[in-house]
Amino acid sequence: MNIVVCVKHIPDPNVPPEMDGDRLKRTGVQGVLDPGDEFGVEAALQLKEKAGSGEVTLVSMGPEQAREAVTRGLSMGADKGILISDDSLAGADALVTARVLAAAIKRNEFDLVIAGVESTDGYTGTMPGTLAEFLGVPQVTFVKSVESVDGNSAKVNRQTATGYHVVECELPAVMTVTAGVNEPRYASFKGIMAAKKKPLEQLSLGDLGLSGDEVAIKQKIAQITPAEERKAGEVFEDDGTGAAKIADFLKEAKVI
Amino acid sequence: MAKIWVYAEVHEGQLDPPALELLTKARDLGDAEAVVFGAGAKEAATKLGEYGASVVHASEDATFDDYIAQPHAHALFELIGQHSPDLVLFPNTYDSRDIAGRLSAKTGSTLMGNATDVLSVDKAQTSIFGGTQLVDVDLEGSPKLVLVRPKSFEPSASGGSATVQDVTVDLPDEVKKAKRVERHEEQSSGPKLDAAPVVVSGGRGLQEPDNFKLLEELAQLLGGAVGATRAVVDAGWVPYAMQIGQTGITVKPGVYIAIGISGATQHMVGMKGAKKIIAINKDEEAPIFSIADIGVVGDALKIVPQLIEEVKNRKG
Ligand SMILES: Cc1cc2nc3c(=O)[nH]c(=O)nc-3n(C[C@H](O)[C@H](O)[C@H](O)COP(=O)(O)OP(=O)(O)OC[C@H]3O[C@@H](n4cnc5c(N)ncnc54)[C@H](O)[C@@H]3O)c2cc1C
Ligand SMILES: Nc1ncnc2c1ncn2[C@@H]1O[C@H](COP(=O)(O)O)[C@@H](O)[C@H]1O
Repeated sequence: MNIVVCVKHIPDPNVPPEMDGDRLKRTGVQGVLDPGDEFGVEAALQLKEKAGSGEVTLVSMGPEQAREAVTRGLSMGADKGILISDDSLAGADALVTARVLAAAIKRNEFDLVIAGVESTDGYTGTMPGTLAEFLGVPQVTFVKSVESVDGNSAKVNRQTATGYHVVECELPAVMTVTAGVNEPRYASFKGIMAAKKKPLEQLSLGDLGLSGDEVAIKQKIAQITPAEERKAGEVFEDDGTGAAKIADFLKEAKVI
Repeated sequence: MAKIWVYAEVHEGQLDPPALELLTKARDLGDAEAVVFGAGAKEAATKLGEYGASVVHASEDATFDDYIAQPHAHALFELIGQHSPDLVLFPNTYDSRDIAGRLSAKTGSTLMGNATDVLSVDKAQTSIFGGTQLVDVDLEGSPKLVLVRPKSFEPSASGGSATVQDVTVDLPDEVKKAKRVERHEEQSSGPKLDAAPVVVSGGRGLQEPDNFKLLEELAQLLGGAVGATRAVVDAGWVPYAMQIGQTGITVKPGVYIAIGISGATQHMVGMKGAKKIIAINKDEEAPIFSIADIGVVGDALKIVPQLIEEVKNRKG
């Protein structure tokens, strides 16, 4: 079973975000592997372990620093990594990201591509669908548990707004996993040392044969303005009358 | 006049309400039409007409109910080729995100996600950093593609009626690869969360899953529904259907009661549209207080049972 996991390098979500002009600042800030993608790496490792053979390849598009994110996935146990880094990709939209990742993934045979449901910093959650279309394969998103995977198909539980669906999907396919699908393992000291010796290939757009209009970033920000703030009301320390105050408020709001 | 399409979802034969919100907006921007696929499409067309669609492109083909994303993107792409809409609006839901994502690769249009407003045929708006900043984005491509967060517009009927056009697109086997084989619904009693006038919502501050029973009791007394944060959904305390926020549902009730919820930006985007917000949290620094109309700093496990009694007393 050959599994590719999309891993994104993002600014540390525990640090307040900074803007660089009209986009999120990504260079010169502390970065991490998107915590949402750790579930993807874990899911891939578990599937490979179950299958007893195969390879887990991590693929990421991002600045040079994104090596850290890939290395982190390698230290969890993935076999190798690919980083596509090119100055002209700064600020890439989901369409360009998908086109670039598809070109990198297509170079080898794969059974499954796993991504997060949505990235922590961009959270559009559309990249995986676009990627699946470029790869010419089906997709199952919002997977909350994997029932079985064999060489030809996967059976998974897909979250819906009101429950879940059991979906059978032919392979190869793109799958996105929710937070909570598994418990991502910690990278052991041994894993961290081993990761340093694992192959991590760095590619430019030229290496992928992509150029010009194909990877031109078209999504443009027209302007950014502060939103109207909601004003804070009164905050009381509970002295035993907190509940009564809330009940009065509810009565005033005509809920009672 | 610009031609604006609204992609409408039907589930188990029922029209999903966000399409009506989108049509209300679309008819202000140009000539509004709707596209609807799957069992119940024809019946939905009547309602779509009442909300401003002049034409509804409809197919009752069950393939759209059984298979994920591929048939829809394929058929939409064919229809776009035939009718050349300028802009296609999708609700920001599980299914539409997948479909719009695939369509973006086919048309080469950039896809704008998470929009909270559509300003014109080629400009849409989203909010970032927990709704503190508004970002206007120039849309690119033909047609332009936008996913709009549910509850961004108040639906209102226009009193129109639609011409229904049958969709005749072949669906080859290549688009039938991810199949729904079982459907499971998590039933809940009381009003639906996204339509409830009062939402009583709990977070990790409730300490353990059992304490959600208190919220259910309070919600029942107030004629409301119970919601939750992602932290407790991920922990398996309550089902995902109760998650409010960026990855969950958006609610705009008359009153939102946040209990043991810190107020992370990803949670707030799903509830800050409530008319009134009440917060109970033991930490006076909790960000939720910054948007609450009334806040009580204290132990939720002590306050909620008292509140239940106070409400009962006032109801008499
Ligand atoms: C990509 C992405 C998407 C996300 N989407 C969502 C989403 O859709 N919805 C969502 O909710 N979150 C979402 N999150 C998660 C979000 O960032 C927060 O982690 C989450 O909302 C926190 O939940 P919480 O408030 O229950 O927990 P915490 O942040 O742990 O807060 C618990 C609060 O309870 C208080 N407390 C503790 N004990 C008591 C007590 N006895 N009485 C009263 N108060 C008490 C504490 O002071 C604290 O403020 C998302 C995150 C990411 C990265
Ligand atoms: N630059 C990137 N490199 C690798 N994977 C990515 C990248 N951007 C997005 N992804 C993957 O796509 C998922 C959804 O991202 P998004 O569409 O940005 O919400 C993420 O959880 C990642 O798994």
